[in-house]
Amino acid sequence: MNEIEAKLTSKDFASDQEVRWCPGCGDYSILKQVQTVLPDLGRPREEFVFISGIGCSSRFPYYMDTFGMHSIHGRATAIATGLKATRPDLSVWIITGDGDSMSIGGNHFIHLLRRNPDVNVLLFNNQIYGLTKGQYSPTSEQGKVTKSSPMGSVDYPFNPIALSLGADATFVARTMDRDPKHQQAIIKRGYDHKGTSLVEIYQNCNVFNDGAYEVYTEKSSKKDETLMMEHGKPLIFGENNNKGIKLDGFKPVIVSLNDVSVNDLWVHDETDLVKATIISRFYDDPSIENHFPRPFGVFYVNNNKKTFDDLFNEQIAEAKEKKGTGDLDKLLAGRETWVVN
Amino acid sequence: MAKTTENELESVVIRFAGDSGDGMQLTGTQFSNTTALFGNDIATFPDFPAEIRAPIGTLAGVSGYQIHFGSKKINTPGDMSDVLVVMNVAALKANLKGLRKGGVIIANSDGFDSKNMRLANVPEDKNPLTDGSLSEYDVKTIDVTKITRAALADSGMGTKEIDRCKNMFVLGLIYWMYHRDMQSSIEFITSKFGKNEAVMNANIKVLQAGWSYGETTEMFANRYNVAPAQMETGIYRSIMGNQAAAYGLISASVKCGLPLFYGTYPITPASDILHELSKYKNFDIKTFQAEDEIAAICSSIGAAFGGSLAITGSSGPGIALKGEAIGLATMLEMPLVIVNVQRAGPSTGMPTKTEQADLMQAMYGRNGECPVVIVAAQSPSDCFTMAYEACRIALQHTIPVFFLSDGYIANGAEPWKFPQSDDLPEIKVSFAPQRAADDPKFMPYLRDEKLSRPWAIPGTKGLEHRIGGLEKQNETGNISYDGDNHELMTHLRQEKVDRVADNIPLQSIDTGAETGDLLILGWGGTYGALKTATTILRGEGLNVSHAHVRYINPFPKNLGDILKNFKTVVVPELNNGQLVKIIRDKYFVDAIPYNKIQGQPFMSDEVVKKIKEILA
Repeated sequence: MNEIEAKLTSKDFASDQEVRWCPGCGDYSILKQVQTVLPDLGRPREEFVFISGIGCSSRFPYYMDTFGMHSIHGRATAIATGLKATRPDLSVWIITGDGDSMSIGGNHFIHLLRRNPDVNVLLFNNQIYGLTKGQYSPTSEQGKVTKSSPMGSVDYPFNPIALSLGADATFVARTMDRDPKHQQAIIKRGYDHKGTSLVEIYQNCNVFNDGAYEVYTEKSSKKDETLMMEHGKPLIFGENNNKGIKLDGFKPVIVSLNDVSVNDLWVHDETDLVKATIISRFYDDPSIENHFPRPFGVFYVNNNKKTFDDLFNEQIAEAKEKKGTGDLDKLLAGRETWVVN
Repeated sequence: MAKTTENELESVVIRFAGDSGDGMQLTGTQFSNTTALFGNDIATFPDFPAEIRAPIGTLAGVSGYQIHFGSKKINTPGDMSDVLVVMNVAALKANLKGLRKGGVIIANSDGFDSKNMRLANVPEDKNPLTDGSLSEYDVKTIDVTKITRAALADSGMGTKEIDRCKNMFVLGLIYWMYHRDMQSSIEFITSKFGKNEAVMNANIKVLQAGWSYGETTEMFANRYNVAPAQMETGIYRSIMGNQAAAYGLISASVKCGLPLFYGTYPITPASDILHELSKYKNFDIKTFQAEDEIAAICSSIGAAFGGSLAITGSSGPGIALKGEAIGLATMLEMPLVIVNVQRAGPSTGMPTKTEQADLMQAMYGRNGECPVVIVAAQSPSDCFTMAYEACRIALQHTIPVFFLSDGYIANGAEPWKFPQSDDLPEIKVSFAPQRAADDPKFMPYLRDEKLSRPWAIPGTKGLEHRIGGLEKQNETGNISYDGDNHELMTHLRQEKVDRVADNIPLQSIDTGAETGDLLILGWGGTYGALKTATTILRGEGLNVSHAHVRYINPFPKNLGDILKNFKTVVVPELNNGQLVKIIRDKYFVDAIPYNKIQGQPFMSDEVVKKIKEILA
């Protein structure tokens, strides 16, 4: 390949298919950010594979001019595992939604994270079933009134970040559709991570669940309601950066910077699983008093867990080295034979 | 030394039966291997409970292993046994009806004590060894436990460990009775227990004690010779069905030059294929034990997308879970082999028992019009050939292929004149080549003369494309909801299966003439029983033939013509009538079903009786 080949642009990653999400859907932003990030990764286009399940978000691969598979509901994770295990040379991306990954594909989701193949998961969380026209999803808040829950849903919601940490994920992050810069940075970091990267993206469904994340995205409330985590920096939030999180033993508390020095705040450490577990539980309903802000950014990174694809293929290499490449005729003959004359 | 008479026999059926902890499967397998090595033709039938350790001494816990061996062609493990070895009273109770009148019973008397009688629900005063109820049989009572303990008194081993060697005593005794060489078993014991010298020596000692017992006591007046069989010349080995299937898959991988990926989830009786394949990583065999059946097939679809020879394997309940993904593979038009080692019943059914009741599932068991290719093995060694064929067809036609086996042939063993790798059919695979920027746009669903589409694997420049489960436009592969296109694609997917008929052998008559009064048409693991029945019927002057179908979807092109040459067609199956429905539907032949649904294989005699009834 010609090394000085013209650098790819975001346009090179757009397929010729008309994008058919509803006008105003948060998915457009995610598509745009991915198409913006990919040219900077320095890989030829043919090495990218996008695999999705079913749902609005899962139409994503059709709009990317890469290799892609729009598979069946909840199974993109399993298909990607088989592909990455046999083709570790590829950059494999999983596109999934809250119904696809948390509900019908929940089993594959936790086992993907447990095994840790070097793939990237973009979880579009809009807290609703969009493609089937508006039923509550496993991340919908309790009491949600939808077509299938006229009296309000009785189900408690899943917290995908806490679930991922529980499944021993090695890269766990959250971003949102309305913050392109943050989204791009997080997607890039997810790609750079060797192992499975889980990026939850708060994505607005403006038709069936409009405004679900308004408090985190609107200028008027964003600063008070979100906690933008950065490695090595104290956890500060609030309209005038006037509030912080302090750890009282293992108990997080919200403090005012008028009363407490910045030096006494909790300093975010991405490599600390205990702290990541605590902060992943900042999942309060924003309407209750004294609730914690919702964290965004990288919760946790573990660079010490070997990837599934490496372990899987190392065994093949080891077997070949120890036994030599297989001899088919020897195998077919087995240990004991006899001759009939 | 006691005087013994030497007898020549053409064939013998021995059934080893005991508690599932008595090691009867091992005893049977050892005797089979030695007997095959000696040059007899053999067929075996392991028959064991689903529980790993069912309650000791009960009927539910009885595990059996039947072997039929002879100096003639052996097609089945035998209808009735000549010799029944029983380690306890439950084993006798469960197996006596399968012993021919006048047959030999070798009974371990220790297994007939009051505790074992109670566990087997036999009244205290009805001990069959002493109450005269076995007067029609030749009963040899031996206290195997006592002798084994005596032989190992100095071994320093505990009673529990010593008692585990009992099966070797029986094996040694049977070796003596049939003049078998013990060397192969001694080598087996040495390699199995080599790390634990005490156990190794104990097993060898008890094995030899069994032989000596036959030689020195006067209990056995007869010894038997079964001469080597007159088989086709060549080099043979013994093979079990699941092992043969694994070797067939490995061979296809080697011959097509692609690494093999086997995505699976443990299930009886298919798991042994996984166990076997996982030993051969140095052949580039990649096995993946997934979190469930769905992930198993989906991981295989991912591997197929990436350019591996992709296979998923399971049994009926697992195949049910894979249904949606089989539909995806059909829409993706990707090479994929789906192995189904069938077992009995719907739902969990009877996992360790055999049945052929998943043919309709393979044929029709998915949503929408979703045709796939189906091949079925007819014997343990045929699992090799048909697993290989499944891969060949899948790769050459870029299509999902079902390989059907069943519990009976999967666990059964027979001699196998194994092929040389050079003699196996070629499997040529080519991926779509890379394209330059100014080449016309790549068409993922542009078809060749077989209607196959290009296998365009990720990493190939210029082939970037999207595929999926949504209906797609022919040639471009773009999503399409157009009605005419959907009808066209449905016909194309069917036609693609139909054209496989150009690439498979014609159907032949296995036994008998090309025309006649009655054709026995079978498929799958019933082959041996139907062949034997046909031979018996023809021996009695009846104009009966037997054909066995191994390619079921599509059928060989000449099958319809064959059916027309017989006045009556009978389709015996271990199900409630499945192939017979397809035959009637496709050829308008008034085929007669003959069904058995007991989790057990056909006996030749019952087939003979049924055919005579039909002809009467």
